[in-house]
Amino acid sequence: MFPEQLNVPLGKWVNQFVDWLVINYGAAFEAFADSLLTVLVALEQVLRGAPWWVVLIAIAAITWHASKNWKLAVGLVIAMFAIGTLGLWDKAMQTLALMIVATSLSVIIGVPVGIAMAMSNRLRAIMLPVLDTMQTMPSFVYLIPALMLFGLGKVPAILATVIYAAPPVIRLTDLGIRLVDQEVLEASRSFGASRKQILFGVQLPLALPNIMAGINQTTMMSISMVVIASMIGARGLGEQVLMGIQRLDVGAGMEAGIAIVLLAVVFDRIGQAYGKRSQRSHAEDV
Amino acid sequence: MSYIEIRNIFKIFGPDPEGALELARAGSDKDEILTKTGHTVGLHDVSLSIEQGETFVVMGLSGSGKSTLIRHLNRLIDPTAGSVSFGGEDILAMDIPALNAFRRKRLGMVFQRFGLLPHRNVMDNVAYGLEIQGTDRKSREAAASKWIERVGLAGYEAKFPDQLSGGMQQRVGLARALATDPEVLLMDEAFSALDPLIRSDMQDELMKLQAELHKTIVFITHDLDEALKLGDRIAILKDGKLVQVGRPEEIILHPADDYVQAFTRDVNRGRVLRARSVMQRLTPGSERSEDDSNAPVIRDDTRLEDIVSISLKTGQTISVMDRDDNRVGLIDRDQVISALSR
Repeated sequence: MFPEQLNVPLGKWVNQFVDWLVINYGAAFEAFADSLLTVLVALEQVLRGAPWWVVLIAIAAITWHASKNWKLAVGLVIAMFAIGTLGLWDKAMQTLALMIVATSLSVIIGVPVGIAMAMSNRLRAIMLPVLDTMQTMPSFVYLIPALMLFGLGKVPAILATVIYAAPPVIRLTDLGIRLVDQEVLEASRSFGASRKQILFGVQLPLALPNIMAGINQTTMMSISMVVIASMIGARGLGEQVLMGIQRLDVGAGMEAGIAIVLLAVVFDRIGQAYGKRSQRSHAEDV
Repeated sequence: MSYIEIRNIFKIFGPDPEGALELARAGSDKDEILTKTGHTVGLHDVSLSIEQGETFVVMGLSGSGKSTLIRHLNRLIDPTAGSVSFGGEDILAMDIPALNAFRRKRLGMVFQRFGLLPHRNVMDNVAYGLEIQGTDRKSREAAASKWIERVGLAGYEAKFPDQLSGGMQQRVGLARALATDPEVLLMDEAFSALDPLIRSDMQDELMKLQAELHKTIVFITHDLDEALKLGDRIAILKDGKLVQVGRPEEIILHPADDYVQAFTRDVNRGRVLRARSVMQRLTPGSERSEDDSNAPVIRDDTRLEDIVSISLKTGQTISVMDRDDNRVGLIDRDQVISALSR
């Protein structure tokens, strides 16, 4: 047995810290949660309110824009249609809204953090273990404080998703900027480009294929979080899976599972097409 | 005072350059400092004066510090000790905005692997320097078009770098550097990555441009033939130290040490040596007046390889004239042969 005297009451400290946060900053967290919720609810209303065929046309249009490949566009429309035939259209739209908000938030936070990491080796040394922790820590662990701060529902679900899904876009932004050819950077500096001109004119455009790959991975990971997020009250496809587990209804679980996979496929193909486009943005001129 | 003055530059790479600098100043060489302190000496007490309008070539093998040296001229690298000035202005004293303004207005640089922006087409690459300066689209594209045409790439404006051959990419690099009309052109092994034939073309092209533009060109190379062809003066670097500075003929005829001598051994002397350094000089009053009426006459800057053919054809002693048509020397067949054979 490990001597009890050496026990560190880390758990107690964390509890005290969270209590302190709730007492002192509860109002601030609530305001933040409200604004996030407003965005999410509005998006959800649009997606659920829109006729199903409008959504299908939108998917087709986005796919065409990304890939210029009508076969892919038709394929993805069929995948979305299949979700509807499983009777899960409304829930899929809820999940879609959750994903879009979580992914956008991940990108908004992740790209600047990735840029900062690429600029500073010290920040990078600090961030890498943090990112590892974010990805390996079981998500239930940070669901608990999120629940205490924000209550049950969509906001903690989004935050949990962001914590889990943001690391890839951060890592790949950092990597993409670091991989930019040194001689190209030197050339840019030798012409007297300022740091801002270098960042927006050279580093970000050249890192874009990697950043797009990061966004794609982030999207995939946020889809995989929807089941867990449903346990703290987020609606959508995950809810259906959870219900399947609780009622031992294999069929219902399977239906929801297939719908999640189809949604993931749609997002993955669109994301990849945009990634390829950013890699050879001038392919059409050849 | 020369246009570009480099004074006692030391550059030491490593975590504590000051400590190693003491050793270098005390006379330790590159290898000694590396084994003692783990620091790499990039440049060891280099001083150079570069005149306005000359093509100054810095030659050395890899690791000699030549690329480090050229990067001191636009402060892509800052020295550990020493000073660099342009027209009397100390560039090491400049803060970031002043330095950027200096780079924008007065310098253009060409890189070994071209350093083109892969996501921009030829037009936007050539216009890049002007864009950084804040020139509006219309006038920068007008200037860029002019230079694109000048380097022979008219019609390729919309192509991207990866659609061009190496030689064409470097033409873009050259046009980009010239588009801002800089005073100084820095060329870091600009032609080293090109095929021999293309390289020779580009060298000729550069000489043609320079004959009109009279820029100050600092050209880095590891190829002595290239140095001799392009350079008005040549500096030879070895292990971060300056070994010799001089005109091409001085380097060939009077190598400073065995290291330079070893380089010059394989040089095509016929192409480098000129009449004035081969001829037997005439002292005023000692002119011979024997049947020189139909003797061949050449200028004092005629290359030895051209003298050979004249000498072979006529077999006579050749008269050498200076720019003002004064006879300054004579060359006979034996002198031609001995100049070639040394």
